[in-house]
Amino acid sequence: MKKQNVKSPILSRRSVLMGFALVGGALLVGPVSQMAKAVSEKDFGKFGPFLKITSDGIVTVISKHCEFGQGSHTGLAIIVAEELDADWQKVRVEMAPANMALFGHTKLKIQITGGSSTISNSWDQLRRVGASTRAAFVQAASELWNVPAVEIMVDKGVVSHVGSGKTTEFGKLLRRAVEITLPAEPVLKTPDMFKLIGTENTFRLDGKSKTTGTEIYTEDVQLPHMLVAMVVHSPRFGGKLVRFEAQAALALSGVVDVFEIPSGVAVVAKNTYMALKGRAALQATWDDSAAEMRSDFEIMADHKAIANGDVAGEWGAFETVGDIGSAFKGGYETMACSYDFPYLAHSAMEPMNCVAQVEGKRVKLTFGAQSQTGDQRIIAAIIGCKPDEVEIETLHAGGSFGRRSVAISDYQSEAVYIAKKIGGFTPIKLIWTREDDSAGGSYRAMAYHKIKIEVDKSGYPLAWQHRLVSESILAGTQFAAGVRNGVDRTVVEGVQGSPYFKAIAAVDAQVSMPKSPIPVLWLRSVGSTHTAMAMEHTIDQLARRADINPVEYRRVLYKKAGNERHLRMLDFIVEKSGWGTPIEDGWVRGMAIHECFNTVVANVVELRMEDGEPHIRRVILAVDCGLAISPDQVRAQMEGGVYYGLSFALYGEVKIDKGIVQNTNFDTSRVLRMEDAPIVETHIMPSANRPSGAGEPGTPVVGPAVANAILALTGKATVSLPFVKS
Amino acid sequence: MGFILNVNGKDMTVETEGETPLLWVLRDELRLTATKYGCGIAQCGACTVLADGEAVRSCQMAVEDLADVKITTLEGLEGKHPLQKAWLKHDVAQCGYCQPGQIMSAVALLSETPDPTDEDITDAMSGNICRCGTYQRIRAAIKDAAKNSG
Repeated sequence: MKKQNVKSPILSRRSVLMGFALVGGALLVGPVSQMAKAVSEKDFGKFGPFLKITSDGIVTVISKHCEFGQGSHTGLAIIVAEELDADWQKVRVEMAPANMALFGHTKLKIQITGGSSTISNSWDQLRRVGASTRAAFVQAASELWNVPAVEIMVDKGVVSHVGSGKTTEFGKLLRRAVEITLPAEPVLKTPDMFKLIGTENTFRLDGKSKTTGTEIYTEDVQLPHMLVAMVVHSPRFGGKLVRFEAQAALALSGVVDVFEIPSGVAVVAKNTYMALKGRAALQATWDDSAAEMRSDFEIMADHKAIANGDVAGEWGAFETVGDIGSAFKGGYETMACSYDFPYLAHSAMEPMNCVAQVEGKRVKLTFGAQSQTGDQRIIAAIIGCKPDEVEIETLHAGGSFGRRSVAISDYQSEAVYIAKKIGGFTPIKLIWTREDDSAGGSYRAMAYHKIKIEVDKSGYPLAWQHRLVSESILAGTQFAAGVRNGVDRTVVEGVQGSPYFKAIAAVDAQVSMPKSPIPVLWLRSVGSTHTAMAMEHTIDQLARRADINPVEYRRVLYKKAGNERHLRMLDFIVEKSGWGTPIEDGWVRGMAIHECFNTVVANVVELRMEDGEPHIRRVILAVDCGLAISPDQVRAQMEGGVYYGLSFALYGEVKIDKGIVQNTNFDTSRVLRMEDAPIVETHIMPSANRPSGAGEPGTPVVGPAVANAILALTGKATVSLPFVKS
Repeated sequence: MGFILNVNGKDMTVETEGETPLLWVLRDELRLTATKYGCGIAQCGACTVLADGEAVRSCQMAVEDLADVKITTLEGLEGKHPLQKAWLKHDVAQCGYCQPGQIMSAVALLSETPDPTDEDITDAMSGNICRCGTYQRIRAAIKDAAKNSG
């Protein structure tokens, strides 16, 4: 959303629904009647819900997916623009309203952005949008000039006929083009015809607004009569409010109201600073009888007790190959290893926030939404309306990493409860401070992996027993149906489906998912945040144990598994990284390869130890994500993925003392800064395959590559993260 | 109380308590929302503005202490600064939330050190957190802007 839109966001969003045309990008021009009188408003819906073209030649792609940095808006616009043969300089993008029927994910059937699937689920859909609209312009020109359609060319929004020398533009042909019935099965381009896809000819459509400060995030929304709200939460997860003292807060000028909501006590004030002061003046007492009282190390000890069989746990099998019963009988050597992973906070730069307005059964949310349909369901239950009556205007978010698609709609619900109490459709901007965000839960769950492997005489695995203990993300939420036979695949993905298991005679992998009042959630690359380490560091330990180069060790297993894609990646990263060539004294390389959301990423890190801490100077990264729509944005996501993954591998942990989160701001919660950031050198595997995703798969590979480098340097295996304990 | 602030070359009057951090005055009173809240304790740099040309964290500056200080926010660059052009050339921004603070830190760096070394850049920019991970492109854009304006 751009600044100019803010003054009348209701009008602008409704305008889209009603078929008005708004020129997206930096300019807001009024309703279409002011711009193109000759064409009636309803005609702009002729190209479908994903595309608007106006008489000034501006092509606006409607994005059903949100933008929080991953480049989704630009990527989707490129797909349409390519098939349309639009002029990239005239392409804009606009966020779709929440509407499952029009803007649902083609596979998940709800409107959501996640699983690095924005491009892959939109690929066929948006190519058809662009191609059929192009066909309409070609047909319109053919009829206008009375020449065969096959002789008409389109390039950069210019429609021309070589034989007659006639030429025109999309904007000028619009009136005729909207009369053409769009072909149901338009002819799509072959890759050799691409002018934008796979090239360096595009740029981020949100670059300018984000470089000049005109992009409006939730935090920046200013509406007439808007109030700012903050909430005092229980210091412990699961704590219940007993009482609160509001007088001191209410005595402050600027504090409008103080009242209880289900998650705590809300303070409503005239501006942010008064809300902060009001909240600081509030006293609340909590009942911790149902609260989580354990410290982090106690929760981990309980995970280990389940894995070790000291405490009974419910187990779900997720990988079973051959007969594990005949393994581990002696006769062959075994190797055992284990890893513990802490809770992780997403720590997006923009802490969670949401603007809500309620009057009776009318409700509108304006914020960086990531899971529109899920939010609609939960908000509808609060308001007593139907889910599709919950209006959501989605803004750009200042990062998410999964936090904004929270399945329980925690912060969104808070905003709505407060707006419902205030009523009158008064805009309420709920702001979580950094401390609220860090202590607010919905973390990447703690996880413990315990692995036992039987090896043959050459040191290759014969049998692999894997026990994983980690809280379920989906259980207890609106997506609980995703848990089947005691297995939440978002917890086990990465161990489940590991390419190595096709090269091992017997595999027995099971998961146990204990419950806790601490809510957990997906975090960029989800299960792979821990499973990549569990698999890739174990493979290197096996290779070192057998005294075999980790590259050769992997090659043998990939060959045995018949995994051509991983073999190609292995050769590619060896070539690009200089693996096996000499490196300066004190420096060492480490490698890891992992598939996440159908994309395969390899990392080689160059590392040395400095003052007992790993220092990484360079990460050579190779990625196979199928066809790269925008190579530069794939590189950007790989760079960002490495930094995000390195940040949590080196420093990430939510520290909990007797149920209370201790490290709630960046002074105690270290994240990667420029001084720690290695050079990331990205190599994209040439591919004509369907595009997969790039937002998340770059994240989980660097951690195991660092562990493998440390193993090569010191001979010591990593058993717990983060690498740098505070 | 009323205070006069000089922001982006203009004197502006605000009615607020003197202790109010500049960050909230800029955002809530003056509606200059490029300057962002990220931590409130001068750890993340998202609220960086220039005070008499020096990069400061606006979350830590009380409005009552700024009577004779010239404040510059990202809006004050009017999209014309060589760094903004370099930011676009390298497509630095991802989510973009930290970028106003990053750019203001870089403006202060280049005004003092027009031809910074890698170490100068690291020193000047390590107070600004970017969670999307744009550090490599920030470095490249600063070098580019330095080269083109030098």
